[in-house]
Amino acid sequence: MFGKLTLEAIPYHEPILLISGIIAILGGAALLGALTYFRKWGWLWHEWFTSIDHKKLGIMYFIVALIMLLRGFADAIMMRTQLAIAAGGSSGILPPDHYDQIFTAHGVIMIFFVAMPMVIGLMNLVVPLQIGARDVAFPFLNNLSFWLFAVSALLVNISLFVGEFATTGWLAYAPLSGIEFSPGVGVDYWIWALQISGVGTTLTGINFFVTIIKMRTKGMTMFRLPIFTWTSLCANVLIIASFPILTATIAMLTLDRYLGMHFFTNDFGGNMMMYVNLIWAWGHPEVYILILPAFGVFSEVIATFARKRLFGYMTMVWATIAITLLSFIVWLHHFFTMGAGANVNAFFGIMTMIIAIPTGVKVFNWLFTMFRGSLELTSPVLWTLGFIITFTIGGMTGVMLAVPAANFVLHNSLFVIAHFHNVIVGGVVFGMMAGLTYWFPKAFGFTLDEKWGKRSFWCWFVGFYVAFMPLYVLSFFGAVRRMNSYPNAEWQPWMILAWVGAVIIALGILCTIIQFVVSIRDRKKNADVTGDPWHGRTLEWSTSSPAPFYNFARLPEVGDIDSFWSQKQRSNEQLEEAPYTDIHMPKNTAAGPIISLFAMIFGFAMVWHIWWLAGFGAIGMLVSFLMRVFNDDIDYYVPAAEVERIERAHQQRVEAQA
Amino acid sequence: MATETQHLDAHAEEHEHHDAAGTKVFGFWVYLMSDLVIFGSLFAAYAVLMKGTAGGPTGADIFELPLILGGTFALLISSFTFGMGVLAMNANRVGQVKMWLVITFILGLGFLGMELYEFHHLINEGYGPDRSGFLSAFFTLVGTHGLHVTFGMIWILVMLVQLSTKGLTDKTRPRILCLSLFWHFLDIVWICVFSFVYLMGVL
Repeated sequence: MFGKLTLEAIPYHEPILLISGIIAILGGAALLGALTYFRKWGWLWHEWFTSIDHKKLGIMYFIVALIMLLRGFADAIMMRTQLAIAAGGSSGILPPDHYDQIFTAHGVIMIFFVAMPMVIGLMNLVVPLQIGARDVAFPFLNNLSFWLFAVSALLVNISLFVGEFATTGWLAYAPLSGIEFSPGVGVDYWIWALQISGVGTTLTGINFFVTIIKMRTKGMTMFRLPIFTWTSLCANVLIIASFPILTATIAMLTLDRYLGMHFFTNDFGGNMMMYVNLIWAWGHPEVYILILPAFGVFSEVIATFARKRLFGYMTMVWATIAITLLSFIVWLHHFFTMGAGANVNAFFGIMTMIIAIPTGVKVFNWLFTMFRGSLELTSPVLWTLGFIITFTIGGMTGVMLAVPAANFVLHNSLFVIAHFHNVIVGGVVFGMMAGLTYWFPKAFGFTLDEKWGKRSFWCWFVGFYVAFMPLYVLSFFGAVRRMNSYPNAEWQPWMILAWVGAVIIALGILCTIIQFVVSIRDRKKNADVTGDPWHGRTLEWSTSSPAPFYNFARLPEVGDIDSFWSQKQRSNEQLEEAPYTDIHMPKNTAAGPIISLFAMIFGFAMVWHIWWLAGFGAIGMLVSFLMRVFNDDIDYYVPAAEVERIERAHQQRVEAQA
Repeated sequence: MATETQHLDAHAEEHEHHDAAGTKVFGFWVYLMSDLVIFGSLFAAYAVLMKGTAGGPTGADIFELPLILGGTFALLISSFTFGMGVLAMNANRVGQVKMWLVITFILGLGFLGMELYEFHHLINEGYGPDRSGFLSAFFTLVGTHGLHVTFGMIWILVMLVQLSTKGLTDKTRPRILCLSLFWHFLDIVWICVFSFVYLMGVL
């Protein structure tokens, strides 16, 4: 009846899990209770869960991502604590099996359920506004993508309290992840969480690619697109081309585990090296899916706050395209030691180093944009400066790793860990924090508190160096990744230093939480009435904050790069305002959350081999999708009078403030 | 296919949301390209595992070309019949569209029957997908294509219902067009499967 699921699956004998489980259940119950008490369910369902408004979806992506950041960071601090203690024969606080689950969960959560949703959330919030569109190309799919991601995040968290998570590392290398060596349900949770959210990501990629290609406003040619939109476009191309590889690879692993096939097994003609190749053929483009939009954020932030047009727009675009193409021919540098031979390694080593060239172009573009600009040191700019320094260091250690001969020494050591945190924290996290601060007023209508934002930055910046520079040092002593204890007590001071760094980063996260609280408290004082709090250059700042659900009452027309900026420069010429017209908008739909709920039931049932429930989930998905297909009542018109009323109210607020 | 798209654009431009249908078809093209990457990965896996027979049968031992050729022709002809259906749609003849869709469905069913027979036969012989890496890759590649055909056939049924209840509208036209793209796409993938897996396997 319940497959492999028994009461034994609930880890009541492990105090850490038990306590965190109880806290999660109590917290969840409190939240649900509050929603019921304040009668907010209807509001939540009608205004948010079923919303196809890309701005609201962007906000929801960020909320889930920030919650998952807390979860992923809890894993990080447990690992650092363990390693600060477990020296010279001490076994520390975490048993090996639990430690393995934690480093796996940390990687999976931080990449798939923090970095990805932040990047996609920012795309949702910004891209349609930047190209002067009223929505994305496929609004319903956009909602579905979000929910597929959200239920996958839930599935990962369920694994904490029902069963276990994978102990294989975040990419679940075969044959370790095969049924022979990982007979538990941990890998299955990994499989279904990634498979479901991966489908959502692919849909997002298609959706935003089509949006940018097809939905640009009049005059917005490709080489007038804001850089964030350009980098998003390239990231979406990478999603479309690489996520199907992940889907296929995980499907093959699934068949190995569930039907006893032999894709990646040791015996019966399987080929485990194929797994490593396939997973990195997706995995390397994936890191550019994360970092390219972050590059876009920095470009927007620097141009805005230096009050200058971005230096070298065209080179920035071509550098982005070059990175997009190169990202597909470097995957083998993740496993130089696998034995592909000197010539193959040399090719991939050289290709990897070549990526440093377009990246270097970008760094110089940012520097020259600041040069002789009037740079305002706001917190988004601080994140950007911190990024330029940190990412450059991370890039250099990356080039070191790209040398196959050096890689044979550094492979699997803490050097690799320090390197990719160097680029992911310094690049993606700093970028998302900059983007969050920069576009927050566009989403909510008030700016974030600068004082706490800067405190958060300094904690993250200092904390990062204190936490990860010791790892470079330790790697030269021979410390490897994924070890849960070490006999050499001389390493311990460095490990303790790294722990201190993690604590400083924790303070940075705390500052961000305080920043939200303080900003919400002072939202009247920090209100962004005009919709253009930073004297921005691109179209998203030409509409009110928060943007109306239809984004633009009249679709803007573009004649230049940074057209909103040049329009403001010409503001003395009064334009003849065209009358408002009816606006065609899509309707909210419950199909996304319902299909995704069935997807989660399906995933959970597959994890535990509850076949009847899996069938129920699959049929539920199909039927609810068909019901959506047969529903013709999916769009409506906003009458011109209603548009005029909303726009009048906004103008009155602007005039009242002036 | 290009002419179909052009025709639709020309037709749709008379409407108010002139690019909605074009956007849909373009989006579907992009989806097909991403689906192609899935097949590409499975083809790559097949190429890697082709020799991994683990003492079991090779392709030459188990492939029955006459049977496969029959299924192949069923699928190729079904692409033609679907093309006729799209022509009928462009001529606004709902009845003919439905007739061609039904014929396409039957041909698809024939193809699927061939494939299920082959799978059933192989598994009965003891050559199931768990026998060797080669057979795992074979069953998965061919089965994934078969799964796509199955979804295409469900989609045909859905469109038959929608054509009967709604007729040819702004909503059903792009769907028929997307479905035709899907169906031709599966045909092209099958030609690759037939050449790469069956013909090369027998050689």
